[in-house]
Amino acid sequence: MTKSTTAAPDVKELELLARRIRGKILEMSYRAQTPHLASQLSPVDILVAAYWGALSIDPKRPDDPERDRFIFSKGHAVPALYATLALRGFFPEAELERFNEAGGRLSEHGFPGCAPGVELATGSLGHGLPVGIGLALGARLLGRKSRSYVLMSDGEVEEGSVWEAAMFAPARKLETVAAIVDFNRWQATGRSTEIMALEPLADKFKAFGWSAHSVNGHDIGALVGLLRNVPDGSGKPVAIIANTVKGKGVSFMEDDNNWHYRTPNADELAKALGELGLK
Amino acid sequence: MRNAFASEVTALADKDERLVLLMGDIGNKLFDNFKKKHPERLFNCGVAEANMTGVAAGLALAGLRPITYTIAPFNTTRCLEQIRVDVCYHALPVVIVGVGGGLSYANLGGTHQSCEDIAFLRMLPGMTVVCPGDAVELRCALRAAVAHDGPVYLRIGKKGEPVVHKSEPDFKLGRALVVRPGKDVALLSTGNMLPEAVGAAERLAAAGVSAEVVSFHTVKPLDEAYLAQAFARFTRVATVEEHSVSGGLGGAVAEWLADHSAKARLIRIGTPDAFLHEAGEQEDARRRFGLTAEAIALRLVEK
Repeated sequence: MTKSTTAAPDVKELELLARRIRGKILEMSYRAQTPHLASQLSPVDILVAAYWGALSIDPKRPDDPERDRFIFSKGHAVPALYATLALRGFFPEAELERFNEAGGRLSEHGFPGCAPGVELATGSLGHGLPVGIGLALGARLLGRKSRSYVLMSDGEVEEGSVWEAAMFAPARKLETVAAIVDFNRWQATGRSTEIMALEPLADKFKAFGWSAHSVNGHDIGALVGLLRNVPDGSGKPVAIIANTVKGKGVSFMEDDNNWHYRTPNADELAKALGELGLK
Repeated sequence: MRNAFASEVTALADKDERLVLLMGDIGNKLFDNFKKKHPERLFNCGVAEANMTGVAAGLALAGLRPITYTIAPFNTTRCLEQIRVDVCYHALPVVIVGVGGGLSYANLGGTHQSCEDIAFLRMLPGMTVVCPGDAVELRCALRAAVAHDGPVYLRIGKKGEPVVHKSEPDFKLGRALVVRPGKDVALLSTGNMLPEAVGAAERLAAAGVSAEVVSFHTVKPLDEAYLAQAFARFTRVATVEEHSVSGGLGGAVAEWLADHSAKARLIRIGTPDAFLHEAGEQEDARRRFGLTAEAIALRLVEK
């Protein structure tokens, strides 16, 4: 299996992209008055690290069978993926302005084939990892280089199907799968670490036979390093526990779970964009 | 039927390199030949049906033709959301095989009986539901299912069922097969009830009633052309299935009938809205629910 072969990107440029994506997310939530804003802000640095720093993809050939697959399994946060794909060149940025319009193709949860680069329709949690594993298994059978990256929320790993999948992939020595957990420590109604015994999360994956890493989920350089290093030579699938802050990037949204459901008003949007340096 | 499945799936895998067989920790010796010939395309996914179904969807997205295989309730209602979201929402060519459909495993209790699966799967958009009547039909149905460009639920029996077809019929998904022509009443059987339906027709013939026996193997999409002419020709049309009278073939035909005017009366023969709370084999459960040739024949001569 080949790893990412392109040169490591400039982290400063990626940080600027992350701010721009956060701005798009805020604008979409404001315009469409759609929730899950804070859940969309926490995985942005992971998306940037993957789409600009690690994935073997070509926006001009979104159906290339040899491409890496990024499965955005925390479907409620899919606007973050839409913004990422648009800025990465999969479709025009102007499409983001029509997010959630009736009859449009960018809905609150993506549907199959809704936009180039959206690999799987998600929304119900716990579906992405088994499908990503199936894609990687298929690639191996077909002699393709494709890797599967599956981004999950921490609330999502409460689903039993995640742990069925977590037992399956190591038994098949499927080293081309990366499970990434956006560990922002909140789920819809409270602290994820209190509602269920999530911790120690990296150790759980280790115990299930994964090569597990814990990382600052906003350190783009560190994320690029981990995401490029799949497979990592251990013969095991790779789990990346990305420790993140829900609502990251906007001071008055950070770690405030009210923004799981709240949407910004005009003043809040302006203030948030200002903090991101996007005025 | 399961031996015919194992033999046919191996023959298909010989010809089609895209075919991948996933099993949920059953069929211990059943797939030895498949394993010997195509070890890289057989995966025992363990007792984890949700994952197995999601993995199958991923394999299909990669361009392969996966088949999932385990006991009917575990491969349907246990992982219904994976079938709905991963497979059907994405319109993927995954063949879901439920072995031991209906009362096949009556002796194993309500957990292993499956008299609701047709109803659940028939509701899913894009899903084709096929219940072959015997081992011969099963081979045809499996070939058609693998060739079909979308999700298919293949509901099969266990082993040792009587074979009805002397040779391979002209099988098409969605087209009912007349097994025995008749003039007075019609018995539309789906799945492993076919031999009982034939037996019922023989009894009815002795009583002076000419019964047409049809293997209505595809519950979705319904063979509406056959239904239209059957409800015009006969006085009574009975559906026969090892499945609840709600939601299965009888339910599907009742829905069709609600939208059409017809001469014939519909009689739904199947299991009631109840679990079975007693020990016994498939034959005992069939007797309990009036699913024997004798009981079926009686329903057709009743006024």
